[in-house]
Amino acid sequence: MTAIDPTAHLTAEQIEELGRELDAIRDEVIAGRGEKDAAYIRKVISAQRKLELVSRGVLLFSFFPPAWLLGTAGLSVAKIMDNMEIGHNVLHGQWDWMRDPKIHSTTWEWDHVSPSEQWKHSHNELHHTYTNVIGKDNDLGYGIMRVDEDQRWHPFHLGQPLWNFLNACFFEYGIAAYDLELGRNLSKRRRKDPEFRARARAVGRKIRKQVLKDYVIHPLLSGPSFLTTLAATFTANLVRNLWSHSVIMCGHFPEGVQVFERRSIKGETRGQWYLRQMMGSANISGSRAMHFMTGNLSHQIEHHLFPDLPSNRYAEVAVKVRALFEKYELEYVTGPLPKQVFSAWRKVFRLSLPNKKPTARTPDREQELVAA
Amino acid sequence: MVTTPLLPSDYLDLVSPLRAGADLRGRIEAVHPETGDAATVVIRPGRGWRGHTAGQYVRVGVDVEGVRLWRAYSITSPADRPDGRVTITVKAIPGGRVSNHLVRRARPGTLIQLDQPAGDFVLPRARPAKVLYLTAGSGITPVMGMLRDTELDDVVVVHCAPRPQDVIFRSELRGMAADGKVRLTEVHTDTDGMLDIARLGELVPDWAERETWACGPAGLLDAAERHWSAHGVEGRLHTERFRPGIVVAGDGGEVTFSATGKRVDADGATPLLDVGEEAGVLMPSGCRMGICFGCVSPLRAGAVRDLRTGEITEAEPGVLIQTCVSAAAGDCDIER
Ligand code: FES
Repeated sequence: MTAIDPTAHLTAEQIEELGRELDAIRDEVIAGRGEKDAAYIRKVISAQRKLELVSRGVLLFSFFPPAWLLGTAGLSVAKIMDNMEIGHNVLHGQWDWMRDPKIHSTTWEWDHVSPSEQWKHSHNELHHTYTNVIGKDNDLGYGIMRVDEDQRWHPFHLGQPLWNFLNACFFEYGIAAYDLELGRNLSKRRRKDPEFRARARAVGRKIRKQVLKDYVIHPLLSGPSFLTTLAATFTANLVRNLWSHSVIMCGHFPEGVQVFERRSIKGETRGQWYLRQMMGSANISGSRAMHFMTGNLSHQIEHHLFPDLPSNRYAEVAVKVRALFEKYELEYVTGPLPKQVFSAWRKVFRLSLPNKKPTARTPDREQELVAA
Repeated sequence: MVTTPLLPSDYLDLVSPLRAGADLRGRIEAVHPETGDAATVVIRPGRGWRGHTAGQYVRVGVDVEGVRLWRAYSITSPADRPDGRVTITVKAIPGGRVSNHLVRRARPGTLIQLDQPAGDFVLPRARPAKVLYLTAGSGITPVMGMLRDTELDDVVVVHCAPRPQDVIFRSELRGMAADGKVRLTEVHTDTDGMLDIARLGELVPDWAERETWACGPAGLLDAAERHWSAHGVEGRLHTERFRPGIVVAGDGGEVTFSATGKRVDADGATPLLDVGEEAGVLMPSGCRMGICFGCVSPLRAGAVRDLRTGEITEAEPGVLIQTCVSAAAGDCDIER
């Protein structure tokens, strides 16, 4: 938590006015949703499926190195598309308005070891409601890292650069464990909880299916290319994991992003909720291709303000949102991917050590936080 | 297993959406105007189509401005059309999103969703000797399906439309009359006034002896039902109603939670999630502020208002609403 509250200059009325202006942006997009948007998501889904099919086809000949390279690259991109621009956004209900039961948050299942149902709970509900609230939003360090000075240091945190790296490599498993709240639930008493066990079984089933497809069936189908296909799918999963982990780290970890105290969200108004989303998220700047490959999570700020607006609209929304940041003299945290990733990693390293000096926390500051 | 988490059909749909075993769909092949506001849509159904009986309707799911909307339309083609195509004939009703889309904007090549044909507005296997078809407006459509499909010996058609040019299938009907296949009476309500059922005997003296199929606006059908039963011949009357009750969006209303059978009154400002929970219904929920989609529930009947935008959502098959940001807009039924 920074020593100075960057929203201290706003009055309560201003914050509510800001909320109304954001609502207006949202209403405008909703009123304008239509055929073009529907065509967009259908096109992306069909492109993803074709790319995956073709890539897996090419991998049948992956004993031939150029085919391996091509197939692996294609499969990596297909998996990234599935998880980011399609899965994440469909599961947010961004396309529910189309009333197409096949592209709907209640029916979608993604190429990921965490079952959609569980992920929706931990992500849509907990993370998006309690964004960056210490002790409420488990996305803050995924329960294994310290990402803010205000979190208590523990010798365990010395290893967090390593935890973070391992988490990046096996990110989908990390997410599955996280959705299960594995850390907390492995305690003796909770382990027996039937509800937890049912959820753990669901994850087990999903893992089995995913593993069977990627590491058994597809390689077997490849016959002489068994080993190279195995290596290719492993690589594609690794690439997808590293990529999505990097993108997601950029959303809330870079320097300049605020975290909040549990107390500060008591009785939060709509305007204050919006403000917290604005201050708790960071964007990635870049080309259209870049935005697409991040599933438009490069527009993390806009996504957190309006998690259910179709992702293809975030770019146009961003222009208006940014103007509001300027109008209300707030810092719009954004930067190119390498810079944001570096910034997030630097924080992970820095906070693996105890704070240099105790943070200056005055009673005033507490007051401000409550007011915010 | 090969395609998890998707199904093989998700991939096959990319290349062959009308194949056997796929979800039932159809492809629009042509749209022919019938009158100023009605058109016939020629559809090639997918391989899973089981065929229809003349007089039946089909529910079609059409994407209008990106939103899939379902409506039922009578099938107007005969059951044994050699090319396997089916037609529906649609009259654009003012403000009707699907009908206007189909009549004015639908393009050949478009995929639509289909249900299997349904409805018992059909001729019995033992063909009746004398038949009366009593129709008004687009009520002629299922009857046209029957006329084209089955030739009967003694058929009278009484059809009402505002003006001659509003009569759907006008030239075909007149052609049938000229060929002596039917006896046709057109009632042009703009000039002749509404058809008074009590005086039906003047047009069709032996109406009570005829097996009658009637289709049209609720007013006509209600009057017909009264008339037939007043004469003790209600068994001869078969009716088809197109649009069951029109939803009137109000402010608050009686909410039915149909899975649990609970009914409560709700105002127009309380989220249905709260209404349900207060009534002791187990409601799924999450953020309670409209962002997580953890509370979506089927809206079976009635209408709800989005508390954020004021937007009204009316019940249709497959419509799910976020109960945490929706309030009753009139009576409604949530499947919980
Ligand atoms: S409870 Fe989260 S959207 Fe309704």
